[in-house]
Amino acid sequence: MADTTTKAKVRWGLLDLIVVVFALVPVLWIASLSFKTPATLTDGKFWPREWTLDNYRTIFQTDQFVRALVNSIGIALIATLIAVVLGAMAAYAISRLDFPGKKLLVGVSLLIAMFPQVSLVSPLFEIERQLGIFDTWPGLILPYITFALPLAIYTLSAFFKQIPWDLEKAAKMDGATQGQAFRRVIAPLAAPGLFTTAILVFIFCWNDFLFAITLTSTERARTVPVALSFFTGESQFEDPTGAICAAAVVITIPIILFVLFFQRRIVSGLTSGAVKG
Amino acid sequence: MSVNATPAGADVAADETATGTAGRHAAVPAQRSGRAPKTPLSENKRAERKLGWLLCAPAALVMLLVTAYPILYSIWLSLQRFDLRFPAEREFIGLENYVTVLTNEFWWTAFGVTMLITVVTVAVELVLGMGLALIMHRTLVGRGIVRTAALIPYGIVTVVAAFSWRYAWTPGTGYLANVFGEGAPLTERASSLAIVMLAEIWKTTPFMALLLMAGLALVPEDLLKAASTDGATAWQRFTKVMLPVMKPAILVALLFRTLDAFRVFDNIYVLTAGANETSSVSMIAYNNLIRGLNLGIGSTMSVLIFLTVAIIAFVFVKLFGTAAPGSDDGERR
Repeated sequence: MADTTTKAKVRWGLLDLIVVVFALVPVLWIASLSFKTPATLTDGKFWPREWTLDNYRTIFQTDQFVRALVNSIGIALIATLIAVVLGAMAAYAISRLDFPGKKLLVGVSLLIAMFPQVSLVSPLFEIERQLGIFDTWPGLILPYITFALPLAIYTLSAFFKQIPWDLEKAAKMDGATQGQAFRRVIAPLAAPGLFTTAILVFIFCWNDFLFAITLTSTERARTVPVALSFFTGESQFEDPTGAICAAAVVITIPIILFVLFFQRRIVSGLTSGAVKG
Repeated sequence: MSVNATPAGADVAADETATGTAGRHAAVPAQRSGRAPKTPLSENKRAERKLGWLLCAPAALVMLLVTAYPILYSIWLSLQRFDLRFPAEREFIGLENYVTVLTNEFWWTAFGVTMLITVVTVAVELVLGMGLALIMHRTLVGRGIVRTAALIPYGIVTVVAAFSWRYAWTPGTGYLANVFGEGAPLTERASSLAIVMLAEIWKTTPFMALLLMAGLALVPEDLLKAASTDGATAWQRFTKVMLPVMKPAILVALLFRTLDAFRVFDNIYVLTAGANETSSVSMIAYNNLIRGLNLGIGSTMSVLIFLTVAIIAFVFVKLFGTAAPGSDDGERR
């Protein structure tokens, strides 16, 4: 009996190992490249033979990367904040209130979740040029909010349904209005759900490439994924590989941190919104 | 208002038999009086509706403004000759752009490439994703580690992953470059497409697996045990017990991944930039807009891609009866 469980454990352990290796190799590879010296960059070895931090020093000295990093962080944070606030309002209404048009809203957000983003690229390009928000932060924040909202609404509705709503009733009986019940009683209970949703939305905004490359044209609003694809090295003859890899590692760090610290939350957020709704 | 309605009803009823008239007259006031005690509640109801609308309005407004209006605008743009390099030549030309695009072989090549990538990656991801979901759900050891590892491809920026794959296959630099003999895999069509698909599969299998895992969690543990004591093999338990329960989750996962795969852009942009006929529809729409600055043609492609996605979604819902997540939210409270 004990023998079969050990065997099963070893088997599962091997399967785990395959998954872990498969998931990590590309990440370790780009990290390894970022630490290689220019001389050993093209040796084709997986691990660096000589380690250096020069690539990181280089990128943090270029305005191109630092500006893009500031843009990425600012745009993703603002879009996340707005999407979570608007999403929480809508999700509260969907999970708690009865009103005509609720199904329509759920349907519309589902449609937007499936919407081909590239279809918006041409019209948004022209509309934003006319409005004067092309190549600005709001020009990117607006589409990010839009496409993050379905995600936020679904995840938050799923979380809101698990909240003990009797507490709200109790608060209302004690004389609180619906609005007060929401702010004082429900919001603190909903905080973990809000936080999880914020992580998912942030990852989405942080990841975007299509909008960022079509709706920007200068360093004013260009985010890191786009800046990466424009890296050329300091002179025409310099290979940008090391710099690109270092920058890539820098924008991967927040993702790794989220995943390491909030694995449980992210998994529950992604799975609860998907099926139970 | 309700008082005025009654005589009209009586006029019609007068033509009918007397008993019918009497019956109807009796019924109407009864309904009204039945509703009367609820009046204070409907005050509440009205407040609830108003709050519901108020809370949803900002989200609905943003979503509609940023999607519905531009898509209508792009239909309008697609009916014009509109090249930003020659703005003076802008004019209404009806469906001419559609004829241009639909008779263009680059469009159809890109369409074929996109379809190929979509079908192959989604099929492979379904199998791998199911395996990964089973591992994440049932493993006896290291559940946290395996879940954490699986989330890394999901979370990582697609462009970063694409660069990692690109350098891995670059001759001289990469650890994979010489796996299939000499040569540069990213300069040939077949191998380039294979690498694009590999990058897509690596990046999105975890998402597929998470959606499937949500379905897996719904499979009752007792049912599996019962099947097991009845002598069902692992494979039988999987096909006869798990799959039927998971069907809605599988269909949702397939629908989402199919539509997502159809949008493939980032990986192709970084890996091949569309060289050697590896462009997807998103890629050539982008090229027409940003490189070509041709808003008319770009918008035409936007509309065509939108229609294709709508058709795919429609087929999924009609053919497989995919229950959209949240579609029965209304009933649940």
